[in-house]
Amino acid sequence: MTAVEPTNATKVRVGDLSVFYGEKQALFGVDLDVPANQVTALIGPSGCGKSTFLRCVNRMNDVIDGCRVTGSILLDGVDVNDRTLDVVQLRARVGMVFQKPNPFPKSVWENVAYGPRIHGIASSHAELDRIVISSLDRAGLLKEVQDRLHEPGTSLSGGQQQRLCIARAIAVSPEVILMDEPCSALDPIATATIEGLIDELREKFTIVIVTHNMQQAARVSQRTAFFHLGEIVEEGETGKIFTNPTDQRTQDYITGRFG
Amino acid sequence: MSLLLATLLVLLVASAFWTGRNRALALAADGTSTLHSRPSYHGSWVALWCGLPALVLLVGWLALEPGLVDAMVVSALPEEVRELPSGELARVLDDARRVAAGERTAREPGPEVLEAARQLGRLRTYAGLAFAGLLLSVAVGGLTWARSRLRPDFRARIRVERAVRISLVACSVVAILTTVGIVLSLIFEAVRFFALVSPAEFLLGTEWSPQTAIRADQVGSSGAFGAIPVFLGTLLITVIAMAVAVPVGLFSAVYLSDYASPRTRAIVKPVLEILAGIPTVVYGVFAALSVAPMLREFGEGLGLDVASESALAAGAVMGIMIIPFVSSLSDDVISAVPSALREGSYGLGATKSETIRRVVLPAALPGIVGATLLAVSRAIGETMIVVMAAGLAANLTANPLEAVTTVTVQIVTLLVGDQEFDSAKTLAAFALGLVLFLATLILNVVALTVVRRYREKYD
Amino acid sequence: MTEGRADAVGIHDDEAARKRLRRRYAAERRFRAYGLGAIGIAMLALVVLLASVTRSGLPAFTQHELTLEIHYDAELLDPDGTRDPEVLGRADYAKPVRAALASLFPAVEGRRERRQLAGLVSKGAVFELRERVLAAPELVGTREPVRVPLSDEADQYLKGKIRTDLPESQRKVSDRQIAWIEDLRGRGLVHQVFNFRFLSSGDSREPELAGIWGAAVGSLLTLLVTLLLSFPVGVAAAVYLEEFAPRNRWTDLIEVNINNLAAVPSIVFGLLGLAVFLNFFGLPRSAPLVGGMVLALMTLPTVIIASRAAILSVPPSIREAALGVGASPLQVVVQHVLPLALPGILTGTIIGMARALGETAPLLMIGMVAFVVDVPDGPLAPATALPVQIFLWADSPEPAFREKTAAAIMVLLAFLIIMNLAAVLLRNRFERRW
Repeated sequence: MTAVEPTNATKVRVGDLSVFYGEKQALFGVDLDVPANQVTALIGPSGCGKSTFLRCVNRMNDVIDGCRVTGSILLDGVDVNDRTLDVVQLRARVGMVFQKPNPFPKSVWENVAYGPRIHGIASSHAELDRIVISSLDRAGLLKEVQDRLHEPGTSLSGGQQQRLCIARAIAVSPEVILMDEPCSALDPIATATIEGLIDELREKFTIVIVTHNMQQAARVSQRTAFFHLGEIVEEGETGKIFTNPTDQRTQDYITGRFG
Repeated sequence: MSLLLATLLVLLVASAFWTGRNRALALAADGTSTLHSRPSYHGSWVALWCGLPALVLLVGWLALEPGLVDAMVVSALPEEVRELPSGELARVLDDARRVAAGERTAREPGPEVLEAARQLGRLRTYAGLAFAGLLLSVAVGGLTWARSRLRPDFRARIRVERAVRISLVACSVVAILTTVGIVLSLIFEAVRFFALVSPAEFLLGTEWSPQTAIRADQVGSSGAFGAIPVFLGTLLITVIAMAVAVPVGLFSAVYLSDYASPRTRAIVKPVLEILAGIPTVVYGVFAALSVAPMLREFGEGLGLDVASESALAAGAVMGIMIIPFVSSLSDDVISAVPSALREGSYGLGATKSETIRRVVLPAALPGIVGATLLAVSRAIGETMIVVMAAGLAANLTANPLEAVTTVTVQIVTLLVGDQEFDSAKTLAAFALGLVLFLATLILNVVALTVVRRYREKYD
Repeated sequence: MTEGRADAVGIHDDEAARKRLRRRYAAERRFRAYGLGAIGIAMLALVVLLASVTRSGLPAFTQHELTLEIHYDAELLDPDGTRDPEVLGRADYAKPVRAALASLFPAVEGRRERRQLAGLVSKGAVFELRERVLAAPELVGTREPVRVPLSDEADQYLKGKIRTDLPESQRKVSDRQIAWIEDLRGRGLVHQVFNFRFLSSGDSREPELAGIWGAAVGSLLTLLVTLLLSFPVGVAAAVYLEEFAPRNRWTDLIEVNINNLAAVPSIVFGLLGLAVFLNFFGLPRSAPLVGGMVLALMTLPTVIIASRAAILSVPPSIREAALGVGASPLQVVVQHVLPLALPGILTGTIIGMARALGETAPLLMIGMVAFVVDVPDGPLAPATALPVQIFLWADSPEPAFREKTAAAIMVLLAFLIIMNLAAVLLRNRFERRW
């Protein structure tokens, strides 16, 4: 467990967040501070709203019909639902990695170049290539795919695909990376690699990770929030949550009594 | 007469069922043995034996009777009539048929016609009576024999079910037979054509004028059968149609699948389907009587010389007809692209159009290509629009404002109306038909394979 | 990006990024506009098509008639006073018509003028008078006002379809005729009535007499044959393929074959019919029987594909339940699967029939394109079909046939709409979700 760095500023501040899918309410007035350059893990039983919470931060819920969000999500003090903040711009700053690896049916290189290209970040092909290579490198994938850059991304193994998706996300230079159970579709070895990667990435990015796996939360995160029935039951330093939770429900969940 | 016969036959079959069933009941009634099958199966079995042989006989008779009677009538005609050219002879027979039916003929019937008509009438009556007798006796024979075979342990159900199964197989073979029939008839007639005109001349020649003159000394009496202008005309109209249908259809599909609200979708999709349900002859009328004159006037305004049967009018209307075809196939294909890919793109901050252009469409490309190939096959085989709005003259041109002709137009022109079946002109239609069939077959097979592979990839 | 975080905040929010963003949103709006435009084009095409058909077709549902005071002159029609139908049928009814016209315009003299005057009234007036007298021989010797149809030229003029600003030689109605028509209209003898003739008679060379009934009956007979052949065969094939066929090369072949047949151009089926049914089996040309057989082969793939889908959607649990109580596989199909699949099968069949109703090209190949005046009285009588009738009229040089073409299209579309509505209703009424 890495020592907590209390000097970190708050990157994302969520206040009184409620989400409705049509008539059904999925989140009930959630408050959470996400500190910069740390890994914040969201845990809790399925259907407790942690993925919904995650998707609010970069407004991926916009694509769902009938979804309504109230409350505030401040990214560096600016509400992400503010009209002046553009959703495209927001998602460039807040990247996302999904549960199932979803590389585009293009080459490895094209996959990573996709984001910088649409955002017009690189001014030349050489610069784009530099971004692609360094992103792959940072995602720990470069050595494995160096000779296969122009083969389809879908030809990689599951773990490699997920790291490709991470490389794809960091190529855009986001400030925050949201990960929605990034290892749930992977085997233990691939999972270990990705966990190591997450720990390294924290140096440059703020990471929020949803996970089902409590060992994983304990291994990679500095802070943990426990979700239950659309509310945050308990939130704090990971070490404290796992060793000395204050709420009975948290206690029950992490000791495996339900979930 | 035939109605009476049919009614009698139906009654016989019904009574066969009834007697078979009663017989089975009687067999069971003595109490010594139980029936293997329920009585109605016994009845069905007897009914089958009564009806099936008679039905086979009837179909055979209906198929052969006209030819048989005609042959007998011809053989009874005087020598000089029999030696008339086949077209003349057919006309005599046709007139005789009309006289026999009490209708008026185009020409005053000659003595040979009246004689043939008398023959025809007599033969028909005798043959009809003889056949009716044969048919009924076969039916009754079948009934009696089958009824005599019934025993309590007779496995009627097994036999009836086997008969039904065989007929099910036979029905599913009809589709194969249709293809075989198409291939054989096209090849058979095309081979006769290629005996008159060499395949090289047909496939590579650049002059098409199949109108064989009536008198041998007229100009162009032999006709020219170089089909290149016809093929290129088809290609030109197809390209125009695709230029309309593919962009419009594809953009509609994209809008419907990724932009439109469910309500818009619910309105627009059926409207597009209406476009698909309109008969092609209606599009033909629209092209010939509305669009072509409009284009011509428009062209005159610009100082352009637009043919009144321009390839543009036919192609554009054909394109409109194919829009719903392209859009519904593309809609399926685009919707099949997994939403995870879309989310991945949105998650990186792509706009909707960027996601569609750079992720969805490339991913859907094989399916879209397949859909386009199917649409091309449609356009090549489309007949009525071009028959009504495209020309007959086989111009070798790529100018959409001029008139061109197509394979289907030529097939229709060569075959509509009275014709003899041994001239190169009519046989040419079958050669064109063979080319058309092969071209569309290849397109369809390739397209269906591409689409299936694509579906399997994302299923 | 390799420089670290400090400038990373900037790269998504500096002036250049905002500029790029504006460009991207402009592209987004353009793309969306293309989509809307495409749908707009398709909708516009449909609206223009339907509007042009309706606009030119509606006038054909009315017709102008002229009231003539007809004298059934006994001297002329039945000089011997026998009232024999034979005699009455052969009599010359043109004379009473001409006489009635002459009495309206006594000043008209000379052969040419008289012929022009007679040209106002349809040639059909003569037949209609004959029918009238044959139905009621007691009319002979009496006078009565009779409404007779006007000729197509006069009718077109009254409908405003003839441009009077053209020089007289370039139009079908002369100045004199126009004057007469206006005179008759002034006297209140011209009436615009609903055109029953159009709905109830067969084809004719005279546009004002031509109707679609013959073609409609031809279509009906053809479709009947199509239905009787393709429905049982198609359902049986579908049952075999879904319920009994083993999965092997042979059934794969049938499957591929059916899918391909569904995409074979319709005219090829016409060639098949011509070569096999007409030339090989010697069946009569222009007969609804042959047309129906050809269309049946064409619709068969549609029926099979729809039926297979319907049968497939019946859950296996129902089959297992029936098999479990000792039903034979055939009984399972007949007693359980087919009744449940029937709505889907019928929907597919109706859609197939609707397509067959609109099909023209194969019918041209087998000679159903002849000029047929009589209403066909059986599946072997020479006949034409609605779409072919449209084709024939559209090809006709007479301008009056143009409105008939459009009106026939309206009738055809009405039939198609009814059939498709029936299919939709059937689907909505019986659709079952398992």
